[in-house]
Amino acid sequence: MTVVLSILVALGIFFVVGLASRAGLRSLAPAHHKPTYRDMPLTASFGLAVIVFYIAVAILAPVVAPYGEGEVTGAQFLPWGAPNYLGTDKLGRDMLTRLIYGARNTVGIAFVTTALAFMVGSFLGIWAALVGGWLDQWLSRFVDALMAIPALIFSLLLLTIFGTSVLTLVLVIAAVDSTRVYRLARSVAQGIVMMDYIEAARLRGEGAWRLIRREILPNAMAPLVAEFGLRFCFVFLAISALSFLGLGIKPPTADWGSMVRENATLITFGDVTPLLPAGAIALLTVAVNFVVDWQLHRASGLKE
Amino acid sequence: MEKKTLLTIKDLQLEGRSGNAWHPIIKGVDLTLHKGEVLGLIGESGAGKSTLGLAAMGFARDGCRISGGTIDFDGIDLRTAPESLRRGLRGKRIAYVAQSAAASFNPAHRLINQYCESPVVHGVMAREKAEADAVELYGRMRLPNPDEIGFRYPHQVSGGQLQRAMTAMAMACRPDLIIFDEPTTALDVTTQIEVLAAIRDIVRQFGTAAIYITHDLAVVAQMADRIKVLLRGDEVEDADTRSMLTAPREEYTKSLWAVRSFARAEQPTATGTPVVSVRSVTAGYGALDVLKDVSFDIHARRTVAVVGESGSGKSTTARVITGLLPQRNGQVLFNGNPLPPSFKARSRNELRQCQMIYQMADTALNPKLRLRELIGRPAEMYLGLKGKALEARIRDLLALIELEPDRYIDRLPSELSGGQKQRIGIARALAAEPQLIICDEVTSALDQIVQEGILKLLDRLQGELNLAYMFITHDLATVKSIADEVVVMQQGVVVERGPKAAIFADPKEDYTNLLLSSVPEMDPDWLNRLLVKRSAKAQEP
Repeated sequence: MTVVLSILVALGIFFVVGLASRAGLRSLAPAHHKPTYRDMPLTASFGLAVIVFYIAVAILAPVVAPYGEGEVTGAQFLPWGAPNYLGTDKLGRDMLTRLIYGARNTVGIAFVTTALAFMVGSFLGIWAALVGGWLDQWLSRFVDALMAIPALIFSLLLLTIFGTSVLTLVLVIAAVDSTRVYRLARSVAQGIVMMDYIEAARLRGEGAWRLIRREILPNAMAPLVAEFGLRFCFVFLAISALSFLGLGIKPPTADWGSMVRENATLITFGDVTPLLPAGAIALLTVAVNFVVDWQLHRASGLKE
Repeated sequence: MEKKTLLTIKDLQLEGRSGNAWHPIIKGVDLTLHKGEVLGLIGESGAGKSTLGLAAMGFARDGCRISGGTIDFDGIDLRTAPESLRRGLRGKRIAYVAQSAAASFNPAHRLINQYCESPVVHGVMAREKAEADAVELYGRMRLPNPDEIGFRYPHQVSGGQLQRAMTAMAMACRPDLIIFDEPTTALDVTTQIEVLAAIRDIVRQFGTAAIYITHDLAVVAQMADRIKVLLRGDEVEDADTRSMLTAPREEYTKSLWAVRSFARAEQPTATGTPVVSVRSVTAGYGALDVLKDVSFDIHARRTVAVVGESGSGKSTTARVITGLLPQRNGQVLFNGNPLPPSFKARSRNELRQCQMIYQMADTALNPKLRLRELIGRPAEMYLGLKGKALEARIRDLLALIELEPDRYIDRLPSELSGGQKQRIGIARALAAEPQLIICDEVTSALDQIVQEGILKLLDRLQGELNLAYMFITHDLATVKSIADEVVVMQQGVVVERGPKAAIFADPKEDYTNLLLSSVPEMDPDWLNRLLVKRSAKAQEP
């Protein structure tokens, strides 16, 4: 009975949030963007609302959180109830506060990492497609070699070598993920490089930087944006996985992955609290994919 | 002579969907076709020719629907007939020949297997009989080695042969009606003749009725007994071929006929140092020489047309001049000074002097840049214009190509028509203030009336800006209207070159003669006369 009830409540929230955010976007959007939001599916507007909510929470963390990030507020493993609305963890820190700060750390780091992976991967990929020849061969074979090693094991290896700080974490995951982005960017750019307008720009005497930035990148944007959404989720999960294994974000910094691990013992007692950070991860992943699907659909020019 | 009516279309209305709205494509067209009659459908692109042709089979493309009228094929109402009945008719009693045979054949099967599919499926013939029949029809279509050609795959035969094999295939069930949708548009003029003659003969031999769709008036004049002119989904005029050619009633029809009237004034012989001089150039890809010892000059204010069939090396010559394909031997002189073979080694000023306009404006303009940047970039790069001066220059250029600056400056290429896009290609070339512009088939993808506008524009600009044009084309009508000198190429060799008047009046080489005589003329008897002349010539010892 409770299962059915919670599914109904979840669906209700989904429709309310989705419809409300679509209505909001429609009234706020500038006139020439209105058609974009008019045909927007409910899933996408729901996804957008969730993403905006996460970003707001992450930015406003010190304001909305009732306690400090590492502050011990009471006994260990307190149940849900005022003033610790979601209870406390094994050190007596407030779960709600940790969850809010976790959004800032996990989402923020994932975003920076993905952005870095995209800058490096797409630049190198497009450059390789543009220049071709030896440069393309060397870069591509090097990337193939890196991709042959399982991503998680490779990241673990690099983190053990270089130590675990937030900076190395970002650099290592960005490096591993940029190989995937490189592959995509290169194949997309190879199609574009064959076009007459690239030939015209080359004959004009344009340099590689301008060709990449103004002639190729705008035309490769649609698949890259779609990939950005997916890649963001993978990075997110990778950070959480590494944190769970103890090689990610260091305590006492709040992070959803390590929060699951720290409080895992509670699951045996039938308490859902440790699963809340996992749920937060799942919700964001789903929301991002809703938006990505919508963008992919639009970019591919499919009209119903 | 009273003939039996085969197809009657009354007040046909057809709509297409864009987004959620339906807009009309065909607005109430009537059509009657007698047994054994050939009807020519002509009009610009977007006039609804192909859509009407398909509707004659009771078929509407995806996103289209027939919204009114009746289609009566030999007593069967194709609009209300069940799909199974219509499917039974298609291929058996109504056949369709598409524009691109190369794209319509399945590349994974041999020609004869595809031929036999339809008669066997419809139960007209057994497999063995169908194969024998295929060989016979291949022979009638004058395909070489009819016994053997059916066992080839589509990529192993030439485009013209493929188009004839397609027509033979359409004939397999001896249909009552064949719809030809621009069957020779993608072919060279010399190949076109063979296909036209073969199609006409076979249609007459079997007494098949046909709807022949094309935008080329001269072609339709050879093929059709009757011509129907369409404009934006409406019928303009319907008359038998001879009376329409001699006395068109409507203004629009007259304008179609008059299109080729533009001709450039005769220019005095050029003197002085040529802008570009190609000297004994040999070039190619890999081990293959595509160009062999090619030489010609282009002077300022002159248009040199380079003509030839596809594969004759016209575009390769352009690639050598622009430096995309460095030559193996020979030189390209610019104002008397040798140009470095590769464009990478050329100075910015050398690159500026020689600009190019492409055939497909769709792929030649970056779809994500606005006109401001598309046209402004060369001016900014080569002439160092910035801010207000650049803006003023972009506006001048737009005015020069007859587009209102205020309306168009911030548009994307997708917000322009085909002809307007080609004008932007011209503006981009002009922005560099070049001495030579290479036009690579710039009018081939455009409708005749739009072509006329582009040619006039190019001609005017040449006078105003002192330009030299190298005009690559396979369309000899265009050559007649715009060229001063003609260079005829065949298999990478310059066969003949000289002033336009001399080449057209008195071609010295057989190949030039063949090329010139293959251009269809408006006269309905032209094809007959030509075929008689050629066969007489072939029988000479």
